[in-house]
Amino acid sequence: MRVLFRKSYKQDIRLFRDRTQAFWYLLFLCIALAAPLFLDGYFLDELSFVYIYAIAGLGLMILTGFSGQVSFGQAAFVAIGAYAHTILLSRYGVPWILSLPLAALITGLVGLAIGRICGRMHGLYLAIATLSIAIVTERLIGGGGGFTGGHRGLPVPGIDIFGIAIDQSWKTYLLNLAFFVGAILMTRNLLRTRSGRALIAIRDSEVSARSLGTNVAFYKAYAFFLSAVFAGLAGGLLAHAFYYITPETFGMGESIRLLLMIVVGGIGTIHGAIFGAFFIVLLPTVLSWVKVILPSAIATSGGFDSLAFGLILLGFILFEPDGLYGRWVKIHHYFNVFPMYKRRSFQRQKTFLKTERLK
Amino acid sequence: MTGLSFADAIQLLLVGLSQGCLYSLIAIGLVLVYKATEQVNFAQGEFMMLGAFVGYQFIVLWGLPYWLGALLTLVFMGGFGYGVDALVVRRLTGQPVFTVFILTLALGIALRAVAGIVWGFGNYSLPAPVEGNLTLGSVIIGWSSVLAILVTAIVASGLYAFFRYARQGVAMQALSLNQLAAFYMGIPVKRLTSSIWAMSAIFGAIAGLLLGPVTLVSTQMGFVGFKAFAGAIVGGFGSIPGAVLGCLLIGVTEPFFDIMFPTFKGIGAYLIMFVVLLIRPEGLLAQIYAKKV
Repeated sequence: MRVLFRKSYKQDIRLFRDRTQAFWYLLFLCIALAAPLFLDGYFLDELSFVYIYAIAGLGLMILTGFSGQVSFGQAAFVAIGAYAHTILLSRYGVPWILSLPLAALITGLVGLAIGRICGRMHGLYLAIATLSIAIVTERLIGGGGGFTGGHRGLPVPGIDIFGIAIDQSWKTYLLNLAFFVGAILMTRNLLRTRSGRALIAIRDSEVSARSLGTNVAFYKAYAFFLSAVFAGLAGGLLAHAFYYITPETFGMGESIRLLLMIVVGGIGTIHGAIFGAFFIVLLPTVLSWVKVILPSAIATSGGFDSLAFGLILLGFILFEPDGLYGRWVKIHHYFNVFPMYKRRSFQRQKTFLKTERLK
Repeated sequence: MTGLSFADAIQLLLVGLSQGCLYSLIAIGLVLVYKATEQVNFAQGEFMMLGAFVGYQFIVLWGLPYWLGALLTLVFMGGFGYGVDALVVRRLTGQPVFTVFILTLALGIALRAVAGIVWGFGNYSLPAPVEGNLTLGSVIIGWSSVLAILVTAIVASGLYAFFRYARQGVAMQALSLNQLAAFYMGIPVKRLTSSIWAMSAIFGAIAGLLLGPVTLVSTQMGFVGFKAFAGAIVGGFGSIPGAVLGCLLIGVTEPFFDIMFPTFKGIGAYLIMFVVLLIRPEGLLAQIYAKKV
């Protein structure tokens, strides 16, 4: 078991905990960079999707996992990002390298406005309010006529950076990887700064955070802004991955999928967003392998995928509420303390209902 | 908007009223569970869908007489609701609300898939409990809509009486105020909580049986549940009169909105909710006052 010695105050706010952690991050980065050498196009495209979903998941993690504001409408931000990017590219001829940050910024500003409005709501109210934002956004884009292409959708132009066309799988893969790494570094950086700590303080107790002098309303809106920027970025990249976008792509179901993704991964952790993205993108592939050994009556019926998805989620919530990352922490702990592992270390407390309604 | 005559307006009003009553039946189920346990059931719409499908099985596929089939459906759904709490939701007592959100969302996804696998993903028609139309001058309204309004009125007033006078109802109120104290007073907390889930599933099933003939039975009909959510929030989540009021408001304004803005059909309910939440963030009849540290 490794003991972490604290030698200076700076140590608590370093980007990586110690050399070992930095080493692992670097190792994974090298593997990811080398992936085009030994993977074929199909898997590279799948991994691209993983990265894009992880960016959106990191955004949602900032909002739901770190600042504690449940969002059932994240796909709305992804949709705004995708549409803003596509419209800027194809209608106004903005260069790609400008259009993506602009789209992210536009999405961020929309998020800021929504965060300002929703900042006063909690729990269920916030959940339903964000859910209805997702529904309303989908309808508005669908009813937008020629500007948004309506329900017929819009074709997405190819990527072109300073005259270099990004048209092959390995090129888009590396591009998405770059944004993914940037998003991870940004989130890690956020968590060690004052604003990141403020977000977590608000999640743990809004009243305590306020009494310690945190500007709750500002930081809640700030969380919405950051989360929307990430979602907008993911939307822009996702549009290229889909080649063609329609409002239905970013419907309510997609919002819920994004939320469930970070829950499966492990809410409140950066790794959780990444594990969740792997889960959600690779699940259909894994299920198609499982279907081969199942009786055809079950395998061919259209509901099998969503049934499996629902049941896996139920299992996670009931038996492993900390998600894949929580399971990983337990395995890690098991080997760390090897002969001394006790199941009790992770046992949940027995709880009774504590009312949130006060008179 | 051109030429909406008085009779048309009345017609829309009545249609909206019966639609609002169906929303309130779903919302009552939501609010009951929330009042007693502070758990929010995002699968309530799917309970309604399942109720409609079970009714379809009994009445159409097995050819039972309508009222017998409906009764069996309610019994089945009651048992189902009881089981959902006893087997699944009870394990999460006292966990953060968010955990229960995710649990019930997942349950909803699984239920939709199960219904699709068992009954198929098409649209199926369910017979209406009463056929024919009621004609009042130039206004025509189906008897089934009248029935929906009547049933909601009966359920709402029945619940009021139940919570006011019945021993079980008072025990449920105690449960909702303080679970631990209720347990110390000898109230069977687990059984009562599961019974509340059973009641809520039964109200969902009633809504499903009434809505089935109007919109056809399909796996997608559960999404109406979100409009019931919007209605319950407009009224202030956690109060039964508030939920009925909010759902009626949403039900009545919705057809007018759809006629005025046909391109944006279906989002009126959510816009109304937003406006109400902007003015009163806790809904019309507020239930939450402040949050404990």
